[in-house]
Amino acid sequence: MESGNKFETNKFEFETVDEVRAGLGEVRYLADEGIAGVVYLADRLGKPVLVEGPAGTGKTQLAKSVAELTGARLIRLQCYEGLDEAKALYEWNYKKQLLRIQAERHESRSWEETEEGIFSESFLLTRPLLEAIRASDPVVLLVDEIDRVEVETEALLLEVLSDYQVSVPELGTVEANQIPLVFLTSNNTRDLSEALKRRCLYLYIDYPDIEREREIVLKKVPEITESLADQVARIVRSVRQLDLKKSPSVSETLDWARTLVLLGVSSIDAEVASETANILLKHRSDIEKALKEFSANGETFEASRVR
Amino acid sequence: MKKITVSPAQKDAAQKDAAQSPLLGLLGGFIAELRTAGLPVSLTENLDAMEAVTHIPLEDREAFKYALGATLVKNHAHWRAFSTVFEVYFSLRGAEYGTEEWGEAGATTQDGQQIMADGGTAAEEEMRNLLYEALLHGDQAMLAAIARQAVMRYANMEPGRPVGGTYYLFRTLRKLELDDLLEQLMEQAREEALSPLTPLEERLERDEFEIRLDELKKEIEAEIRRRLVADRGVEAMAKTLRKPLPEDVDFMHATREEMEAVRKAIVPLTRKLAARLSRKRRHGRKGPLDFRNTIRHSLSYGGVPAEPKFRYPRPSKPEIVVIADISGSVASFARFTLHLVYAIAGHFTKVRSFVFIDGVDEVTEFFEQADEIGEAIQRVNTESDVIWVDGHSDYGHAFEAFWEKYARACGPKTTVLILGDARNNYHASGAWTLKEIRKKARKLYWLNPEPRSYWDTGDSIISEYTTHCDSVHEVRNLRQLERFVESLV
Repeated sequence: MESGNKFETNKFEFETVDEVRAGLGEVRYLADEGIAGVVYLADRLGKPVLVEGPAGTGKTQLAKSVAELTGARLIRLQCYEGLDEAKALYEWNYKKQLLRIQAERHESRSWEETEEGIFSESFLLTRPLLEAIRASDPVVLLVDEIDRVEVETEALLLEVLSDYQVSVPELGTVEANQIPLVFLTSNNTRDLSEALKRRCLYLYIDYPDIEREREIVLKKVPEITESLADQVARIVRSVRQLDLKKSPSVSETLDWARTLVLLGVSSIDAEVASETANILLKHRSDIEKALKEFSANGETFEASRVR
Repeated sequence: MKKITVSPAQKDAAQKDAAQSPLLGLLGGFIAELRTAGLPVSLTENLDAMEAVTHIPLEDREAFKYALGATLVKNHAHWRAFSTVFEVYFSLRGAEYGTEEWGEAGATTQDGQQIMADGGTAAEEEMRNLLYEALLHGDQAMLAAIARQAVMRYANMEPGRPVGGTYYLFRTLRKLELDDLLEQLMEQAREEALSPLTPLEERLERDEFEIRLDELKKEIEAEIRRRLVADRGVEAMAKTLRKPLPEDVDFMHATREEMEAVRKAIVPLTRKLAARLSRKRRHGRKGPLDFRNTIRHSLSYGGVPAEPKFRYPRPSKPEIVVIADISGSVASFARFTLHLVYAIAGHFTKVRSFVFIDGVDEVTEFFEQADEIGEAIQRVNTESDVIWVDGHSDYGHAFEAFWEKYARACGPKTTVLILGDARNNYHASGAWTLKEIRKKARKLYWLNPEPRSYWDTGDSIISEYTTHCDSVHEVRNLRQLERFVESLV
């Protein structure tokens, strides 16, 4: 056994990167080389993965898909400003403790006995982090939008992420039976602390390249024709090259593709594009800019619509 | 295919072996180079990388790269720098470690080898045709092979010749005459189409071809690098390719490419800054007890003040007046500063901006009308009326004109920022105006994009102005700029 690793070996045991990739494909998540590679490494090294990237590129979905692939239970901690220990780690169920004390009032017990009684595991409300640590079945822990918590709260995670243990003063240290696979996602609204980054593998999920995007569209919108999917992917790629307030995300691409299928469009022309652009782009100025860009030769979309 | 063993029992032994293996030595050099390039690689990350590579088969170069990336690079803005160093350190490796064809990915395909074999005899004309076909159909393997061939044939690389890679790149590209190709390809696409191309289709085709051409250029560049590494050795090559990270790029001496990187970096930076500032504002410390409010809330508890209320401090928002020199050398500095200030304009009661060269003009309305900051800055550069005599910086006259026309912009709540290098072309300084401005305004700061050691050399008269400013800051890159702007709020 390796010296630093006091836990059992990892549970999923992927053999190769390609196996991860193929497996994710089966649960309808199309991973590229980088994504599959990092998931494979995370499983091998037993390290958490910090996933960053623009909104709507499938960061959260990655964790869900990995859970589905491995048949593990997904435990999710949604972060928000003001998240604290009681919501992330554990809390004592004080109402139940009160009941217990009242129920025992007439029995003559010493305070020590009572105290021991009410600070036991049956009075502990586990929150996602502790739950993931104590689980005996395989779990995937997803800490979503970690950049929303304050820097101080981030520190809560450090013990869990590096040592896979939680200290509860009354109970002592709870250690993990097995290393859960941990995913942290961030939209990069602030820099995460160095301490946190150091403990994680880093994965940046960017907008997919054209081939992958086309495959995603084909996989997620099965009714679509191949040529339409190709056209969708190409237009979206060109749109992303413009300088926009908000580039279309993968989920918006999929919405657009679904809309086109529902409308019974077989190939996208200027008219269809201008009528459905509001599904792909959510800012008025962005829509205007895109329409202007793609109607070169001085001909505007308005003109072509009138025709 | 050789695969590194991963079973835990053998791992210790494998690691011991690895300690002597050339790969780990190479990895050590690689990480040292990353650190020199400015990436913060800690010891734990270093160890993680070393463990990670024992799990990834060396032959899979892409996976290998991502494994190193995931353990060593924790900031996406640094990925580019990482990529370059990776290429230099690991592109020519292969034969040395018993993994042939490793650095030659792409050449392994049938087409590729065909080209390589025919390469010697294929005439120039033939090569152009092949290139044309490859671009038309987006044949990646073929493009890679052609790139290699083109470098071999046109770059005329001489061992030991002390010129940069860009020189060879330029030579190769000139021979290939790519500019005409794009138009030819578009012609072809138009002919092949069943019906005339709509503007939308035309645009899509053009984008597609441009991307393929770009790939070809990158392929050529990589090939040249591979050859240079073979010629000069890894360390020397890494040194010539070393570039500052976007946040460390010097505003005054940035190349066009670097400027582009800075422009890209500034958007996430402003977003982060804005988020940090609003968080700071909301989570300020608690103030003194608000007696009235507490009593009001006590009514719902039957007069018991169960819920104390506090008076939260509302820090006053300053008014900002930016006076920026937009003459040649410092223009980009002014642009980035304006961008940053307007991106967090919500944290100020009011932002007014003025630009000058030797005359001065107010440009506030450009920013107020525009949807986008970039657009407004574009207008500042083209529409503002800042030239009085000859279009050479004249701080003295500009300040005097400002004082005459816009003195009312400064009041007791105003913080005035002056951006410029104080290179006055030996005109009168007009420093008295700053003294007056400081008297009226709350604070007066000067931001100078020049390194401190250049101040007061030549026609720089910064110290004459310094005496009248609250403080003068050296702001040469995004990092310094961000720090200063944050301190303003």
